[in-house]
Amino acid sequence: MPDVLLRGGCVVDANGDRLADVLVRGSEVSAVGKGLLAPQGALVLDVDGCTVSPGLVDLHAHLREPGAEESECVETGTRAAALGGYTAVVVMPNTDPPIDSASMVREMHELRSKSLVEMAVAGAITVGRRGEALAPIGEMASLGVTIFTDDGAGVQDGGLLRAAMEYATGIGVTIAEHCEDASLAAGGAMHEGGWSSVLGLPGAPAVAEEVMVARDLALARVAGARLHLMHLSTAGSIDLVRRARADGVQATAEVSPHHLSLTDEALVSYDTNLKMSPPLRSGGDVDALRAGLVDGVVDAIATDHAPHPAESKEVPFIDAANGVLGLETALALALTMLAGTGAGRRAGRPPGRRSGAGAPACDGPPSSADRLTTYRGAAPASRALSIREVLAVMSWNPARIASLGNTQGGPIVPGAPANICVFDASSSWVVDPARFASRSRNTPFGGWDLTGKVVHTICAGEPVVLYGEAQR
Amino acid sequence: MVPAARGGSSPAAMRHLLSVNDLGSEGLKEMMRIADFFVEISTRPIPKVPALRGKTVACAFFEGSTRTRLSFEAAAKRLSADIMSFGASGSSMSKGESLKDTVTTIESLGADVIVVRHASAGVASQVASWVSIPVVNAGDGWHEHPTQALLDCYTIRQALGAESFQGLKVVMVGDLMHSRVARSNVLALSAMGARVNLVAPRTLWPVSLDGWPVEGITCDLDPLLEKADLVYLLRLQTERGAGRLLPSLREYAAMYQLTARRAAMMPKDSLIMHPGPVNRGVEMSSEVAEMPGALVGSQVANGVVVRMAVLYQLLVGGEGVGVLDPTAPDVAPAPAALRSAGVHHGAPGPSDTSSDSTPSTRSTPRTPSTRRSAGA
Repeated sequence: MPDVLLRGGCVVDANGDRLADVLVRGSEVSAVGKGLLAPQGALVLDVDGCTVSPGLVDLHAHLREPGAEESECVETGTRAAALGGYTAVVVMPNTDPPIDSASMVREMHELRSKSLVEMAVAGAITVGRRGEALAPIGEMASLGVTIFTDDGAGVQDGGLLRAAMEYATGIGVTIAEHCEDASLAAGGAMHEGGWSSVLGLPGAPAVAEEVMVARDLALARVAGARLHLMHLSTAGSIDLVRRARADGVQATAEVSPHHLSLTDEALVSYDTNLKMSPPLRSGGDVDALRAGLVDGVVDAIATDHAPHPAESKEVPFIDAANGVLGLETALALALTMLAGTGAGRRAGRPPGRRSGAGAPACDGPPSSADRLTTYRGAAPASRALSIREVLAVMSWNPARIASLGNTQGGPIVPGAPANICVFDASSSWVVDPARFASRSRNTPFGGWDLTGKVVHTICAGEPVVLYGEAQR
Repeated sequence: MVPAARGGSSPAAMRHLLSVNDLGSEGLKEMMRIADFFVEISTRPIPKVPALRGKTVACAFFEGSTRTRLSFEAAAKRLSADIMSFGASGSSMSKGESLKDTVTTIESLGADVIVVRHASAGVASQVASWVSIPVVNAGDGWHEHPTQALLDCYTIRQALGAESFQGLKVVMVGDLMHSRVARSNVLALSAMGARVNLVAPRTLWPVSLDGWPVEGITCDLDPLLEKADLVYLLRLQTERGAGRLLPSLREYAAMYQLTARRAAMMPKDSLIMHPGPVNRGVEMSSEVAEMPGALVGSQVANGVVVRMAVLYQLLVGGEGVGVLDPTAPDVAPAPAALRSAGVHHGAPGPSDTSSDSTPSTRSTPRTPSTRRSAGA
């Protein structure tokens, strides 16, 4: 592995922003400073105008291996991650079979040889993710698993979840929940509201998420547990977390790029790439998620990268699989939608109308071709995030939540592990799903003009992405 | 706010019929005027014209249906179209073929239009995005059933003898939340000028009235009856009475059934409609179903002519709706086909489809205006 000299970039990490060269030797950062000399044989990358940051960390990726390799596998999924600027991903346990035992964790650890980035494994809370009996949380924790979830569904049985929290607290691991009360969300294919009423689709109400968020926060208080709330999507959820945290509950929260970028109005197209759980919500909910990022109630942006083959999406909307790709577009969406670096719109088309707070606007008849609604936010409380704030919620905060702080997300200083993302925050590009490294294509962002492009990704000293191209 | 109604385009420009909003008020009226021509044809000993000869109408009914399917097939046959019929059971759909593959196969087999019925909302729109031929929504989940609304409007227009429903007070009763008929009819009736009020138990209300251009919604039927010019009863799926949304069908019937007692509260000459099939003893009593104001029978009969109009409009209407008008300039080939079948036409004129026809000056009812709606 050659030494790598990143010359002329702006280093942005938890310590601040500064113009500095970064020299990587072996798997570590060896020097940071101005005018560093390139050692003999070093790969010198001119990153003038680019941001050099700790690699991104995704708390929520479905890489589908084992069990659904036609959608994604560790190799393609982590290649997508590296191209998206990620140097670590936490893979979800809803594989087939699920990751609910020590032997499955070991099998996943063997797959690390195929991974381009650091891969951490989340274990299931219950056996088979069936919500009936506790999985061997202790055995899995002894293999290094620090985060447990039945993601895809929440644990419906409150008594069982309380036991899981208490047990996890004794071991020192985190319980992560997909908050959705199954009886309230039953049959829901989109957000319940004006648009579901217009479109005739069964709705999943915001309250289906909020009752479980409220229950889980109350249980975490009783159990003294560390609770991580995944892909929160409603204003009510953010409000509950804000109040519980002020009250001392150890809760962290993530939101997904798509819930920050789109509203339920986009569903007028019945485009199944917009079907996900939780569903796209109203403009007021999007405002609340953004406000949560601004005031720190929301700790992380996590992709919920959920690949599906075309045949799972080319079906009636109600029957379509839930989920959307995320790894290759997350940083650009965050920079475009939150840091105000660009408009975030379909290429070659004028931006849509601005939406009023809490109410989706309609830009035209649903039969028109340009109907995907970019949410541009109108809440007065909302403000643009700085690049460092975006990196906080995409790198060092998630690294801390996933207990990956030893290798990921730390400041770029001599001796630190060389997990680095280099991106051009002002470079715009058009999303072309056909060029994705992911094995799947289920994104609603195809054709979107985004600002912010990953140039290089260095994982443990190895340049896995150079000039926007994966190196393996 | 969700807009109450999306602006309808001129039917001449209509590519698909997915929603009543694809028609708008002008489109609804124009479609009914076209249907008028087919009424006469339907009364002939051989009720057939060669207007769609050589065209293939695919009926893709992924969800069971009797009257809608038969009605579309009859409409296609009377226009001399070939029919390609498809039901989900016994097809390769049951072998796991995707919806997209199924409909693109139907297109490849030479269909010129696809009539789609599906239990899932949005399927007609999805199909329209996958194929390059016109798509007719014959009912998609809880979303819409535009040809039902069209035939209901046609039936009301027949009963009223009026082109506009301005001021008509309509009370729609029943399972509003799960009803595609309700959604399409509210859009159509309001576009035609009617004032619609909705009545249902609270659990069967739409989640939101955004996009429902109505005066109001209530749980209490009786106070609305004395001013109702039309009571439209929606079919209640009997499984709704299983206790999740309604305590029982008996309780529903006690509160919402149109009985002779309730019908007597309505003004004289009021109309009663139901999309069928009627659950007698649930939505209405048997004696009400037999009352002269109950239009259930004519609703079914009118289904064929409005569907003829829809198929005709989508397949050859792009050449101009004036082609069906006796006073309009002649346009081949559709009018020739109709003429040869005995439909009266005026003297042939220059076949210039791009120029607007002159406004009709005739005053006979049931005659289409030659004026095309502006802004095609």
